[in-house]
Amino acid sequence: MSAVLDRRAVVARLLRDRGDALVVTGLGGPSYDVAAAGDTPLNFYLWAAMGGAAMVGLGVARAQPRRRVVVITGDGEMLMGLGSLATIGVDAPANLAIVVLDNEHYGETGMQPAHTGRGVDLAGVARAVGFGEASSVRTESEVEALAGRLFSAKGPVFATVKVSVETPSMVLPARDGAYLRSRFREALLGAEAHR
Amino acid sequence: MSISWPDEIFAELHAARIRQVAYVPDAGHSQLIRRCHADSSMHTVSLTTEEEGVAMLAGAWLGGDRGVLLLQSSGVGNCINMLALNQECRIPLLALVTMRGEWGEFNPWQAPMGQATEPALTAMGVRVYRADTPEAIAETVRAAAMFAFSSYRAVAVLIGQRVIGAKRFEK
Repeated sequence: MSAVLDRRAVVARLLRDRGDALVVTGLGGPSYDVAAAGDTPLNFYLWAAMGGAAMVGLGVARAQPRRRVVVITGDGEMLMGLGSLATIGVDAPANLAIVVLDNEHYGETGMQPAHTGRGVDLAGVARAVGFGEASSVRTESEVEALAGRLFSAKGPVFATVKVSVETPSMVLPARDGAYLRSRFREALLGAEAHR
Repeated sequence: MSISWPDEIFAELHAARIRQVAYVPDAGHSQLIRRCHADSSMHTVSLTTEEEGVAMLAGAWLGGDRGVLLLQSSGVGNCINMLALNQECRIPLLALVTMRGEWGEFNPWQAPMGQATEPALTAMGVRVYRADTPEAIAETVRAAAMFAFSSYRAVAVLIGQRVIGAKRFEK
C-alpha cells in the first residue's frame, strides 16, 4: 500500500497548535517541511549530525522539563540513530515526542529505498524499547488524532507517519548554525542565554 | 598521599554547574558514574554509543543546561561526524576521556584508536587537554570546563592510561 499523505500538509497540521513547544528537525526534508510550516526561533534545524536529532531533543527536553519538545525527522535519519530510541525509551522523558516522516526512501540523495519500506517497523522498535505510546500513522484522521496527542500525551511519544515520496519545493531555513543556536537560546532563555 | 581523582572530578563538575551527564559505561569512570547517578542535581543518562551523548549535550546547552560526556578513547571515534554540531554551531562540549591503547596496554585492538584519539578530536575542532598524573586532573577539568562554557568551544580532557592503570586480563 503506497502512502498518500502529503508531508507538508502533515507537518503544517501537526504544528498548527504548537503553542510554545520547542521543535528540533532532522536534516533534509523534515527541516524544509518545518520551515515551510512557519519559521520561528524555537525551531532548531539540523543540517547534518545525521542520527542525532532525537538525542538533541532529549537534551532539550531534560533541560526544559516544563516545555514540550517535538523532534521531526526522516526515516533514514532515525534509522541511523536507532540506538538512541533505546536510550530515550529507558530515560523516558515525559515531555518529548518524536515524529518520523517516513517516505521509505532517502529523499535527499536520490530516493534510494530505505529499510522502512522493506519490513522494518519503526513504531514496533519504539514499542519494543519502552515507548508507552508508539504508532504508525497512515490516514488524515490518524494525523488529526496525533496532532492532539503530540502535545498532551505522557512521553516519550513516538509516531512514524507514512508520507508520499512526492518531493515538495525546497523551503530552506537559515543554515548558519551559530545563528540558529543563538536565536533559539535567546528566545528560550532571554538574557540568561548570554551569561 | 593518594588522592581520589574521580571524587575530585565530581567536585569540579558540581562547581561548573553540570546538570546533565551522558556516558558509555567505562571502567576508568566507574566511580564517577556511580556518584553522578546518586546525585539528584544531575540527570545521568547511559548511552548506546558516544555520539548520542554529543547530540544530547548539544540539546542540553540549547535548553540552558551544561553537561559532560564521559567516555573511553575508543568512543571518540564514534563521535566524529556528530562533532560538526559543536564546531558549526559553536556549542560547548566538555568531554572527559579515559585513555586506552597507550600505557602498558595488553589488548592490541585498543592501540589504533588510542593513537588516533587526539588527532581525531583535533581534526574536528575539539581542544585537547591532557592529564597524566592524578594530581593534574582536577585543575585540568576545571580549566577545560571554564574554556568550554565561557568560550563556547568543545574541549576534551584526555586522562592518561598511566593514571588509570593498564587493564588486567588475568583473573
